[in-house]
Amino acid sequence: MGYPHPAHPKETPVLSKHFGDAGARTFDGWVQRGGYAALRKALGMTPDAIIEEVKGSGLRGRGGAGFPTGLKWSFMPKGDGKPHYLVCNADESEPGTFKDREIMRWTPHQLIEGCAIAAYAIGAERCYIYIRGEFTEPLRVMTAAVAEAYAKGALGADVFGSGKRIDIVLHRGAGAYICGEETAMMNSIEGRRGNPRIKPPFPAQAGLFALPTTINNVETLASVSHILNRGAEWYKGLCLSNPKSTGTKLISVCGHVQRPGNYEVTMGTPMKDLIFDMCGGMKPGRTLKAVIPGGSSVPIMTAAETEDCLLDYEGVVARGSMLGSAGMIVMDDSTDMVYQIWRLARFYAHESCAQCTQCREGTAWTTKILERILAGKGKASDLDLLLSLSENMTGKTICVLSDSCAAPIVSGIAKFRSEFDAYLSGARQPALAMA
Amino acid sequence: MSGTTHGHADAPHQAVFTGRVLARLEALFPQYPTKQACLLPALWMVQEERGWISEPAMAEVAEVLGLTPAYVKGVVTFYTMYHTHPVGRHFIQVCTTSPCNLCGAEAVMEALLRETGCGELGATSPDGRFTVSEVECLGACGFATPIMINDDFIESVTPERVAGILQGYK
Ligand SMILES: Cc1cc2nc3c(=O)[nH]c(=O)nc-3n(C[C@H](O)[C@H](O)[C@H](O)COP(=O)(O)O)c2cc1C
Ligand code: SF4
Ligand code: FES
Repeated sequence: MGYPHPAHPKETPVLSKHFGDAGARTFDGWVQRGGYAALRKALGMTPDAIIEEVKGSGLRGRGGAGFPTGLKWSFMPKGDGKPHYLVCNADESEPGTFKDREIMRWTPHQLIEGCAIAAYAIGAERCYIYIRGEFTEPLRVMTAAVAEAYAKGALGADVFGSGKRIDIVLHRGAGAYICGEETAMMNSIEGRRGNPRIKPPFPAQAGLFALPTTINNVETLASVSHILNRGAEWYKGLCLSNPKSTGTKLISVCGHVQRPGNYEVTMGTPMKDLIFDMCGGMKPGRTLKAVIPGGSSVPIMTAAETEDCLLDYEGVVARGSMLGSAGMIVMDDSTDMVYQIWRLARFYAHESCAQCTQCREGTAWTTKILERILAGKGKASDLDLLLSLSENMTGKTICVLSDSCAAPIVSGIAKFRSEFDAYLSGARQPALAMA
Repeated sequence: MSGTTHGHADAPHQAVFTGRVLARLEALFPQYPTKQACLLPALWMVQEERGWISEPAMAEVAEVLGLTPAYVKGVVTFYTMYHTHPVGRHFIQVCTTSPCNLCGAEAVMEALLRETGCGELGATSPDGRFTVSEVECLGACGFATPIMINDDFIESVTPERVAGILQGYK
């Protein structure tokens, strides 16, 4: 539900059903709400059977890339005799995205249960949950919940008397967006600078501490207990459009809507219903101008493109963008697009880990050029220069942070060119003093 | 929550990893296959105890974990939350990334700079009470504008609320 707002009739609250209900935070409270039945059930199944069930559900990774979760788990080697690891990605730093925070704050045991099931399925005895350093409250709630889960036998050397060992270690980040990238996160846990690694090798072969590792997002793992409880068929049935996108999705909506918050919808729900019904539309007298639908790293959509857009992986691609982590940034007609695109470029320039030339130089130069345009000192050739820099920043680096910086620039120039031209011609007053 | 212990750049280094703090660190060793993996947690402990991480403290961490001081410094400087110089008693971070910017974060930042007396980003107020810094997306964009004061996370801050909030931090 769109916490802090009550559930809207067009929502399908599964993961968010207990947001705002502090009673769900304790072990007993979670059990009263049906919790830990799925973990008990899973321990009576074979790891392969669990993986098959998750595959059958159609669950795809909620961290941004949408990779099928069951398939990812099946890449883990079997019978290799080595330790395996599960890493839960709770770094949530993509501008616009704030859903994992609510899962951890309100339903910590939903995440712990999902981690325990996944760890068992991939043959891991230990799971590291990497929580971004700024998430002090989620860390406190998770710390208390993990301690309680150990005390009640849901974690430890003999989970619920099954003879299986599952440990969870909470690892606090220290401020670096890039540590949300999976291989950077592994380096960070190992006590290194958070530089992404070149792939291959892929994490399932050589991940954390060079051992087979699976990494999943908080929301992905939180979905797992519901799939085991209610079955793959039920989950697959949560689908209003493309059968490749199943289940519910938490959509974080921020920016110029009346009721920002997290809304949980069935895959395939119209974007219009979300923006105008659930979130109450724009402020009085304002109209919708643009939406960045998947966290800041995806192309910008115009209001017209959102008209008939369906919220699932394929639906958003069909309208020129990506669902990503489903952090929707909504902008009304008061928005200065050039200014916002500059602010996003500045974010990526600040967060680049600087090991690839195209990214280190490209994010810095695009930011400077946008700054110059905003200061009224842009040159006629600047837009072409921005596009050629963006071209060099796309598809050429170790990770996709570089591409993410280029996405709003390229789509912004294509779709809102007149606003750039207004600064270049002097028709618009400078928005920044310096350059 | 109270502010962090205030350290001075020129005070001689007193070991952090003794007694209770050392015990806390050693309790982490079994949770990781290498001691190096305890580096981020160890640095957090230094910052909790001293308010910032000095070069002698980095050298001490290196010694305890079997690393070199240069390596530790390389890691410390990668992460924005570790302070490599002393900061005000209360460290304030305000999000100004696009989603918050759309909702008026710049005005919140200006109010913070004014009301704390810091004047500019990164500077410490003359009374040593505050340092204000900009931070990229705090993962709470639906509650614009979030700020952090030390470990306290405060949502939906407006310029009007700033003075009242600061009163809670002496
Ligand atoms: C620059 C960058 C930042 C990322 N940040 C996050 C993040 O904060 N949280 C997250 O879950 N995934 C993030 N990802 C995606 C992860 O690399 C990874 O794909 C994901 O955690 C896999 O989990 P899933 O399959 O459950 O989605 C990021 C990727 C990149 C390239
Ligand atoms: S693309 Fe950027 S962030 Fe990613 S590895 Fe290269 S320099 Fe680092
Ligand atoms: S942009 Fe401010 S919290 Fe995300």
